Amino acid sequence: MEWFFLMMGLPFLFALIVPTLYKRFTPQIHIGWFVLAIPLSVFVYLLSYIPLILAGETLWGKLPWIPSYGIDLTMTIDGLSMVFGLIISGVGFLVVLYSIYYLSPKKEALHNFYIYLLMFMGAMLGLVFSDNIFGLYVFWEITSVSSFLLIAYWFQRENSRAGALKSLLITVFGGFCMLAGFILLYIITDTSSIREMMGQVAQIQSHGLFVPAMLLVLLGAFTKSAQFPFSIWLPDAMEAPTPVSAYLHSATMVKAGIYLVARLTAIFAGGALWFWLVSSIGLVTLFYGAINAVRQTDLKALLAYSTVSQLGLIMSLLGLGSAALWPEAGNLSGLFALAFFAAVFHLFNHATFKGCLFMVVGIIDLETGTRDIRKLGGLMYIMPVSFTLTMVGTLSMAGLPPFSGFLSKELFFTALLNASHMTFFNMESIGILIPIIAWIASIFTFIYCMIMLFKTFTGKPHYPKVGKNVHEAPVGMLIPPTILAGLVLVVFFFPNHLAQSILLPAWAAIVPGLAQKGILQVQISAWHGLSPELFMTVGVVIIGAFLYKNLSKWQGIYHWYPKSLTLNNIYYGFLKGMESFSGAVTQRYMTGSVRDYLVYIFIFIVMIVGGALLLGQGFKFAPFQDAPVSIYEIALLLAMVVLAVTVLFARSRLTSILAVGALGYMVAFLFVLFRAPDLALTQLVVETVTTVLFLLCFYHLPKIKKDNSSWRVKATKGTIALGMGLVMTLVALSVNGSRFFPSISWFYENAYDLAGAQNIVNAILVDFRGVDTMLEILVLTMAGLGVYILVKLRKEGEERERT
Amino acid sequence: MKNVKEPNDVILRIVTGVAVIIILTFAINLFVSGHHNPGGGFIGGLTFVSAIVLLFLVYGIEKIRNNIPFDFKVVAGVGVLIAVLTGVRGMLVKEPFLTQIFGHVYVPLFGETELATAVLFDVGVALAVIGASLTIIISIGDDR
Repeated sequence: MEWFFLMMGLPFLFALIVPTLYKRFTPQIHIGWFVLAIPLSVFVYLLSYIPLILAGETLWGKLPWIPSYGIDLTMTIDGLSMVFGLIISGVGFLVVLYSIYYLSPKKEALHNFYIYLLMFMGAMLGLVFSDNIFGLYVFWEITSVSSFLLIAYWFQRENSRAGALKSLLITVFGGFCMLAGFILLYIITDTSSIREMMGQVAQIQSHGLFVPAMLLVLLGAFTKSAQFPFSIWLPDAMEAPTPVSAYLHSATMVKAGIYLVARLTAIFAGGALWFWLVSSIGLVTLFYGAINAVRQTDLKALLAYSTVSQLGLIMSLLGLGSAALWPEAGNLSGLFALAFFAAVFHLFNHATFKGCLFMVVGIIDLETGTRDIRKLGGLMYIMPVSFTLTMVGTLSMAGLPPFSGFLSKELFFTALLNASHMTFFNMESIGILIPIIAWIASIFTFIYCMIMLFKTFTGKPHYPKVGKNVHEAPVGMLIPPTILAGLVLVVFFFPNHLAQSILLPAWAAIVPGLAQKGILQVQISAWHGLSPELFMTVGVVIIGAFLYKNLSKWQGIYHWYPKSLTLNNIYYGFLKGMESFSGAVTQRYMTGSVRDYLVYIFIFIVMIVGGALLLGQGFKFAPFQDAPVSIYEIALLLAMVVLAVTVLFARSRLTSILAVGALGYMVAFLFVLFRAPDLALTQLVVETVTTVLFLLCFYHLPKIKKDNSSWRVKATKGTIALGMGLVMTLVALSVNGSRFFPSISWFYENAYDLAGAQNIVNAILVDFRGVDTMLEILVLTMAGLGVYILVKLRKEGEERERT
Repeated sequence: MKNVKEPNDVILRIVTGVAVIIILTFAINLFVSGHHNPGGGFIGGLTFVSAIVLLFLVYGIEKIRNNIPFDFKVVAGVGVLIAVLTGVRGMLVKEPFLTQIFGHVYVPLFGETELATAVLFDVGVALAVIGASLTIIISIGDDR
């Protein structure tokens, strides 16, 4: 397993040397060529595990991180994580290859790009292989952060920054919810391992925190996978470079939510709530995405909405499949569980055809200078290869033979029809709606696929470079989408090879309980008679084609929807409201006046310390234990009182500073009387140095003025001063009377033997409590640098303003 | 500290010349004797600082800084680094972080002498205290 950890950490490790490579080889060699080796080696390495997975084994390894809190990096390899791992490394390889041609080594900050990309790759691999929920959470958030960085890769553009911020806000919000859900799960089960949780399903599902935990975790999954209504970040994420869109925002990261739902199905599923939440949110997203994709004019935006829609499809399949875990599903379990298989199958197909489409759109964008459908056209003759690739991709997405999308779409229809036969979860009454909604969404899917295919490649062109030197992309750029398109075809003709080796283990990993019963059987075939599924597909094609032909006649419907009610508008309104609200709240107490801040600090000290004394009955005055008070001590105390009063009534600051300094010296003398030479020495020098510091600051202060503030302000100040003094006096008096912990002085009794030092104070400082001292000098140094920075930066700022 | 108009402070200057040497010697003595007698890195460093501060007060910051060509921020950083590194030594031999060792070694001229890694740690403390304090004082004193 050590090798496995190393291979999964490889992207992170390699990211460390990317800057060096960049410095050394730019611009002679595109550093993407070096990076290419990483996903390839991970992919090949993962392939070597397939025989083990097929044998039904699950491998497990652990790297302790914070064992005292049950937080470790645990890795499990099973069918489900394998599918994701292969997609991440496989598509990752193709995307890096593609990016070598897409990003120019002369103009772009390649090292940034590849570091972010590798960071993402490592985090995504960690996410799917993690067995520890907290480890999973950490990787989850790293994917959010790297996605943020990649969307904002061209940070000079305002849209990129806005899109990055939006995605970060939404996904991190979901991530926090998910963390809360995980913590609830941890409280319920007292373990942070998903595998161990699967053994306690009955206990989890009957626990009072079950529903909150489920809702919170689902929030995390839905935000990440851009489910309605959190889908709005995905279209804006298209500001990222196209390789990123192909990789993160269609093939891998947005599927993290799907992964999570699939992974936790064995824990959460089986009830009506999970069934309805996951399947209805999925269906709504499917419908919403498909409807909105039709109205897009930007090719990438169209693909983004179609991704939203396809994610909804997969999500709804996971929801429908969960009926198999309903205790009363009985013999029909296997039938319903087919939906899980369809989900994994479609997930795989989507990664291939959507990746291919994104890459082709990138090519079109690069060659013609635009992605606007209204301007594009007639590219069929100029870019025949791109046209072919797009045709494969879009027709597969539309669900037509002979492409892999047809098979998974048919399975989707099968799962829908199976679900409508359910006799529980209130499906008798409204179950018939599910196939209808999905079927309408499929018609719209067909329409936008046609839009993408025909509006780009046929008709008259209007793009900026029309007539100029527009040509097919370089071969290297065409290879990755060609491989993906090839997969689309291969999977159609040999679906069962893929199913047996990769998809079935994944299916078994989602519902291990059913897999043990041996009821997970499937045989994929392109032709299975005149089934209702086939009629549904035929219906989609006929109605879709009809609607596409008459697109201009009914497209106006989209303008009926009020603009103020779009999700984006609500998001921005919410953001604005939050900002002004928190700004108003903060400005109430952040007045900028140090005096006010001191008032807050003192009030809290008086309340908390005084309250603790009062409530805990901490005040204890026990003078009988004390040593006798000598005449010298009384004299020193009297001098201290006089000095303290002098500070109060001093007319000039100089007098008060000197009085404070003298007060400090008196304290030092007290230490001398108590036979603490180390302390007395330190106090003396500290007092000297601080007096000088006071004098230096005093130079900047205005002269003391007579206090002209109103009596109310004076009363406040007086109260705080009295309260503070009283609390401190009480604390000082009770210190001697209370003892919470046993004395630790015996620990230092044989200091000479342990530390070789006769000065116990120093032995404590440098040896026994060395860490304390180390942190103290660290804090001191930071304070020094802080003062330096504050003073110097302010000066520089003033100078900049002057010039 | 030049805001005072060319003060007549001959006595202060003469006394300072002598006093600074005494204070610096005392500072070093405090540092060295800290292992067995009152003193140590923190107090030794601070005493050192007070000597420098006296020089600042008498001769002005500019003059002294030109004659002591150290960047005190770096001194502070080096101090912290030394302190941390003495801690790392323990980790290298699989002892807890910051484990200090000591032993008695025969050194020519000094005879049997006790050497302790704690002293190295103390050097770090002293340097950090000197660097940080002087950085603060110079920053604020310079700010006009």
